Amino acid sequence: MPDVTTTPVAVQFDDAEQQRESATIGMWVFLATEVMFFGGMFLGYAVYRSSYPMAFGEASRRLDIVLGTLNTAILLTSSLTMAMAVHAAHQGKRRQLVGFLIGTIVLGSAFLGIKFYEYFQKFEEHLVPGRGFALEGADPRHSQLFFSFYFAMTGMHAVHMIIGIVMMGVLIVFALRGKYSERYYNPVEMAGLYWHFVDIVWVFLFPLLYLVERA
Amino acid sequence: MSHHHHDPLDHEHYLNVSYGVKSWLLTRDHKRIALLYLISITLFFFLGGLFAVLIRLELLTPKGDFVQAETYNKLFTMHGLIMIFFFLIPSIPAVLGNFLIPLMIGARDLAFPRLNLLSWYIFIIGGIFTLTAVVTGGVDTGWTFYTPYSSTYSNSAVVLTALGVFITGFSSILTGINFIVTTHKMRAPGMTWFRLPLFVWAHYATSIIFVLGTPVLAISIVLVGLERIFGIGIFDPRLGGDPLLFQHLFWFYSHPAVYIMILPAMGVMSEVITCFARKKIFGYNAVAFSSLAIAILGFLVWGHHMFVSGQSEFEGLIFSALSFMVAIPSAVKVFNWTATLYKGSISFHAPMLYALGFIGLFTVGGLTGLFLATLAVDVHVHDTYFIIAHFHYIMVGGAVMAYFAGIHYWWPKITGRMYPETWARLAAVIVFVGFNLTFFPQFILGYLGMPRRYYAYPDEFQVLNVLSTAGASILGVGYLIPLIYLLWSLRYGRVAGTNPWNATGLEWQTPSPPSTENFEAPPRVEGEAYEYEEVKVA
Amino acid sequence: MAGRTISVGMYVLVYVVLMALLAATVGAAYLHLGNLTIVAALTIAVAKTSLILLYFMHIRFSGRRLWVFAVVGFLWLAILLTLAMTDYLSRGWLPLPAGWE
Repeated sequence: MPDVTTTPVAVQFDDAEQQRESATIGMWVFLATEVMFFGGMFLGYAVYRSSYPMAFGEASRRLDIVLGTLNTAILLTSSLTMAMAVHAAHQGKRRQLVGFLIGTIVLGSAFLGIKFYEYFQKFEEHLVPGRGFALEGADPRHSQLFFSFYFAMTGMHAVHMIIGIVMMGVLIVFALRGKYSERYYNPVEMAGLYWHFVDIVWVFLFPLLYLVERA
Repeated sequence: MSHHHHDPLDHEHYLNVSYGVKSWLLTRDHKRIALLYLISITLFFFLGGLFAVLIRLELLTPKGDFVQAETYNKLFTMHGLIMIFFFLIPSIPAVLGNFLIPLMIGARDLAFPRLNLLSWYIFIIGGIFTLTAVVTGGVDTGWTFYTPYSSTYSNSAVVLTALGVFITGFSSILTGINFIVTTHKMRAPGMTWFRLPLFVWAHYATSIIFVLGTPVLAISIVLVGLERIFGIGIFDPRLGGDPLLFQHLFWFYSHPAVYIMILPAMGVMSEVITCFARKKIFGYNAVAFSSLAIAILGFLVWGHHMFVSGQSEFEGLIFSALSFMVAIPSAVKVFNWTATLYKGSISFHAPMLYALGFIGLFTVGGLTGLFLATLAVDVHVHDTYFIIAHFHYIMVGGAVMAYFAGIHYWWPKITGRMYPETWARLAAVIVFVGFNLTFFPQFILGYLGMPRRYYAYPDEFQVLNVLSTAGASILGVGYLIPLIYLLWSLRYGRVAGTNPWNATGLEWQTPSPPSTENFEAPPRVEGEAYEYEEVKVA
Repeated sequence: MAGRTISVGMYVLVYVVLMALLAATVGAAYLHLGNLTIVAALTIAVAKTSLILLYFMHIRFSGRRLWVFAVVGFLWLAILLTLAMTDYLSRGWLPLPAGWE
């Protein structure tokens, strides 16, 4: 019989199980909305890549494949640390939980650091869409379209990562205050789902943006 | 029947359990949040109506002489934006859905009460941004924001308005998430899926659309904003961009959005018709599955808004065929409501008057939709008043009438008091007459070729336009009368009691108004929905 | 609860496979696959996504309802992409009547 005095159950729920299942369904439904949100940009990308494959290929080669690959590896690793954090929460191991959350934040921040360095590089190379755009290539007009999608999609992705990192900071504070135990760690699990989703978005962004035409 | 000796409104209920602004602005009670929405959308309704009045005044005469052309563009834009995003889309779900769903399923509240309150605040913030745009000069792009006008050339408050709509979209998304999780997880013991009131099925289907469609609107607005601010050129033909990309993204949401507006209305219909015909719904399963079918098929037809846009003809063919298919589940519902009425014991209270009006007007609107789905016809009537008449028949003759039906039907439950029946019936008839006089001439005008979004027109169209404006003034009166008597009833209306309609449904098993927790103990459900044959009329 | 059934070892194994797939993604980009480049890239991306969904996000042990919720977003995105891309890919397929060119 679960110790109800230590498992906080909100008044609209009958028990902790209903609460946990509701939160899980709710988070998955929210992630479906995120798929559609990013999906709109994927449609735009698909439309223009199919229309201007050469320009996209040329523009894509201007992205730094080493940094992109490194970032992908970093993000995948952060998903591992996040999964480990949820696992630790499930076992009631507070110090491991906090440790893995910190690890996830560090990796996520490293990703963002590299990303913003890449943005800065692109700015210096005059590859930011708008008035200053200049690409010496066969089709600069349509290559600018590529960069519009590059900045819009990775920018939106970065915003989601920042939100995730902030969420993790909040989780660390609450974990240190003893809010989570093996009986109740819903927020950690939900944050995990969110973080893995953001990783999935990048798993698609990386090849579509960095690997259009490298052969 | 004797009157009560004491005032049953003496009991503690959700309205009198606490007083003060903070108890309302920080409430987690779904019933109070529903009322917060009710007040907000009523204000937006009359603001949107004001723009309609100005439009109809201009159209009294063939020349553009009441307002300037640019002003007229802003009028119809803001009329559309406010009515769609700030009235119709939230109306039934955020007011009646929020209030009733937990009651109907035997729950204490929705799954996520704080998210519910957040959704209202987001709605208000989005509304404030949009109102700011309205008062600082307005938007003139049409509510459809077509590029490249909206993304490059318009000189109006596009970004501000886009921000307002973007923010408000999250209100919809949160409501959708809440309704889906609530329906899955919060039903009382014995309340199986197929015992749910069809109102709940309707809102579940609507929530599928909220959740899967709204984000695409959000991203399309973001892209317009980015293009406008940074000049990045996704929709800019000078850069090889395609304005149609915006239209695909926009209509992917905005077509299902019309089903967001009609599905909850259909949910109201199933409740009102069964009660006032004293009869079980004909074909419960068919109606339930039709709701889901409408939600799903509704995502496959958006290109019928783009037949003449430059979309490929092949694509047009596909969307035309799919659009014919989406009419089928709607027709199934109309047949089933009609069959429910057949040999029913019908009484003509105000909710039923609105419901009967809905059946007729929705049928006209729906059938004209089939005309528009026919590619060859649409080529001629696209962007004419035929389209305007079509969607107003469904959105006003359908959705708004159902909203009024629902407000009247559940008014006693929400407030504990009855509205004055005679005035309500009178208003319903006035609305019906005014509505048809306003919009039927527009079918003719459109067919004859009068384009939409123009403030001037050829002289020969004046008579029909005058009729339409006359109808609009009658319709306006019809909408004002309930505002007056519903407010009056809060103080002077007859006390309603728990179940003034002798209706089935869990919401009628709890006092009027309900207590904050809805039920003293979770009800156990044993019977099916709409067991009217078993209900004894007192 | 799902976490009970996925061990640390399993997480690490999935991670190693993900990293291997990352190497494959980059490697495949340098092969001369022509039109199949995008197919290869997306196939590997889908494989990575499936692993993340099934193991890191616990879908493997979470019952059919959650599986439906997990899939429905991608399914709807497929609807958007398919129906919209059909427009772009089919422009010029059907001849217009005389005089409308």
